[in-house]
Amino acid sequence: MKLSGGDLLMRALKDEGVKFIFGYPGGAALHIYDSIFKQKACEHILVRHEQGATHAADGYSRATGKPGVALVTSGPGATNAITGLATAFMDSIPLVVISGQVQSHLIGTDSFQETDMIGISRPIVKHSFIVQNTKDIPRIVQEAFHIATTGRPGPVVIDIPKDKTDPSKLYEYKRAKEISLRSYQPQILPHPGQIKKACKNILSAERPVIYAGGGVILGNAHKELIALNKLIKVPVTNTLMGLGAYPANDKYFMGMLGMHGTYQANMAMHNADVIIAIGARFDDRITNTPSLFSPKARIIHIDVDPASISKIINADIPIVGQVKESIAALIKEIKRSKLKIDSDALDEWNSQISTWRAKHGLDHELYLKKNKSKMILPQVVVQELYHATNGNAWVTSDVGQHQMFVAQYYHFNKPRRWVNSGGLGTMGFGLPAAMGVKLAFPKDEVVCVTGEGSIQMCIQELSTCLQYNLPIKIININNEALGMVRQWQDMNYGGRHSASTYADSLPDFVKLTQSYGHVGLKVTKKSQLKKTLEKAFAMKDRLVFVDVYVDPNEHVYPMLVAPNGSMKDMWISKNTKV
Amino acid sequence: MKRIISILIENKPGALARVVGLFHQRGYNIETLNVGPVFDGSYSRMTVTTRGSEHDVEQITKQINKIIDVIKVSDLTEGDHHEYEFIMIKFKQSSKIQKILKNLNGKIHEKNKDAMVVSAWGPSSDIEVAIKAIGKVNLLEIARSGSIGLHEGTKVLKI
Repeated sequence: MKLSGGDLLMRALKDEGVKFIFGYPGGAALHIYDSIFKQKACEHILVRHEQGATHAADGYSRATGKPGVALVTSGPGATNAITGLATAFMDSIPLVVISGQVQSHLIGTDSFQETDMIGISRPIVKHSFIVQNTKDIPRIVQEAFHIATTGRPGPVVIDIPKDKTDPSKLYEYKRAKEISLRSYQPQILPHPGQIKKACKNILSAERPVIYAGGGVILGNAHKELIALNKLIKVPVTNTLMGLGAYPANDKYFMGMLGMHGTYQANMAMHNADVIIAIGARFDDRITNTPSLFSPKARIIHIDVDPASISKIINADIPIVGQVKESIAALIKEIKRSKLKIDSDALDEWNSQISTWRAKHGLDHELYLKKNKSKMILPQVVVQELYHATNGNAWVTSDVGQHQMFVAQYYHFNKPRRWVNSGGLGTMGFGLPAAMGVKLAFPKDEVVCVTGEGSIQMCIQELSTCLQYNLPIKIININNEALGMVRQWQDMNYGGRHSASTYADSLPDFVKLTQSYGHVGLKVTKKSQLKKTLEKAFAMKDRLVFVDVYVDPNEHVYPMLVAPNGSMKDMWISKNTKV
Repeated sequence: MKRIISILIENKPGALARVVGLFHQRGYNIETLNVGPVFDGSYSRMTVTTRGSEHDVEQITKQINKIIDVIKVSDLTEGDHHEYEFIMIKFKQSSKIQKILKNLNGKIHEKNKDAMVVSAWGPSSDIEVAIKAIGKVNLLEIARSGSIGLHEGTKVLKI
């Protein structure tokens, strides 16, 4: 049977196993939308803004490990998708974003709703295609999914001029058995010689640290990581993107590292003699000043992307390969080796870390204690949330102080449960991302922890949640200010709060949520917090927006001292620098 | 240090822009750029000259390699290589021209009392010297091909 371009597209998406398409229709995409109407394999989720479509597809992907799919129209539809593409690109999330384009003969004439999507998205996509012949649509879709999901994953754009989906022009559907591109062959297996060197270095280390990032989650290698550390028993830290890659409740886990990492994780990194970096990229929010980074450490760096290795910090032992295969090879080599790790030295190192933890570690029992603040502490909201959900929720977040508090205080024991925009730091990500997660796991608890600043950047998606019955729980940590901006202004700009406050003009979030057809609850007193959270989570079938007013003066600590600081230089409170 | 990077890239629309864009995105400069289809025409060979430290160039080549349409990348300056550039110059009469033409394999294409058009080729460093020698006063127009180059010996950059 011959199919139109739109039908070819839908058939190709079905064959890729696509369940959801997050999108928004418009002129250039209308033929495609007609094809969507005629099929049942993929459910279309109508968002309220294209940014929401890309973030929802992104959240779906982060939670499931499958590629997310978004569909937008040309011009403003395409430009609105840009923030979501950049968000996915920075965190290496596999997305396929399909954009309608004006008809081929109008391209380049400044026609209505025309924008050069390939051009504007070029720096923030892994690859992009423009459809020039309708018959190529199935091959392009196959290649797009192949590129998006293999190697270091990332978003791929397919731009389709409207005439290429003309319903009156029909073509044969052909699907290739496998995709092979001569210009794209990601390295899978690590070099055995490098694995041997790494093994030797690890087993002769006295102060080793595993520094694991989002690559472990993206590469589905968390089991291998746990198995590796069963063998070598060394302290582990996760990046913001890597939280959940190693169980937070394990005794070797030191918490997150970096800008707002724990004291013990940052101290361990600075004083290590061997750093085993796995699927992490020595981001500037980790290393602080690169020239002062971990002066005594030999660096073993495992990554699927050779360009990530020795980009910021020189790797002594670079290992290019998929993390899963690489860790497995490392485990094999360690088991085979005659060398034994110096357990006395390691005991001493682990006890040093315990000492650091006891000295300036995070207080995970803050919620049980009386504290001076009359108001609710934002950290306590996260701790109460952790207990209210038994640590089992899928948690998305936006960007700012609340994001850091979740990273510090919600203990993620499983991979993929923590969904946040780490690289780009996109406010507005949390709610649409939670929609993607909830669609993937409708029976599970999905929580969006946000702030009154971030939530307003994609608040319109509350309407989408009603339409598709997505009973997400939104915890709005409301400090009536752009908290992280204000923290920096307090610390570096003499407390001049330039354009970071708006207490007099915030909406009534309870009424706002109600007008979208959901439940809104407000918490202002410490005594109400636990009960209100319990009440919210008891309403299984409703979206509940819990607006929690917190102490606006609270800062996120620890915080690396910058500029010119190393990882051992931290503010651990408003007036204590170590 | 000046680097000559040779790239084999799929001959597809937009492929060149991906490479050129990358230099800007990553904060590197392109000094010269040459591109043209080779062999069966399904792919092109690009030659880019840039300046940077060893670390910079390692990053550039790795990042270029990540572009999906790029098939192979090689830094010619890493080893022995041949490098040449072709120029066409229009200028007023210059007394130095005979010498320049002789040193740079020159050819006169047009000669009249107001202007003269010549072509020449040679290592780009010699080309620079020649342009200076002609002098600003005499120079009317220059077109440069940008460097192209090949590895010395049997080493090849090929699919």
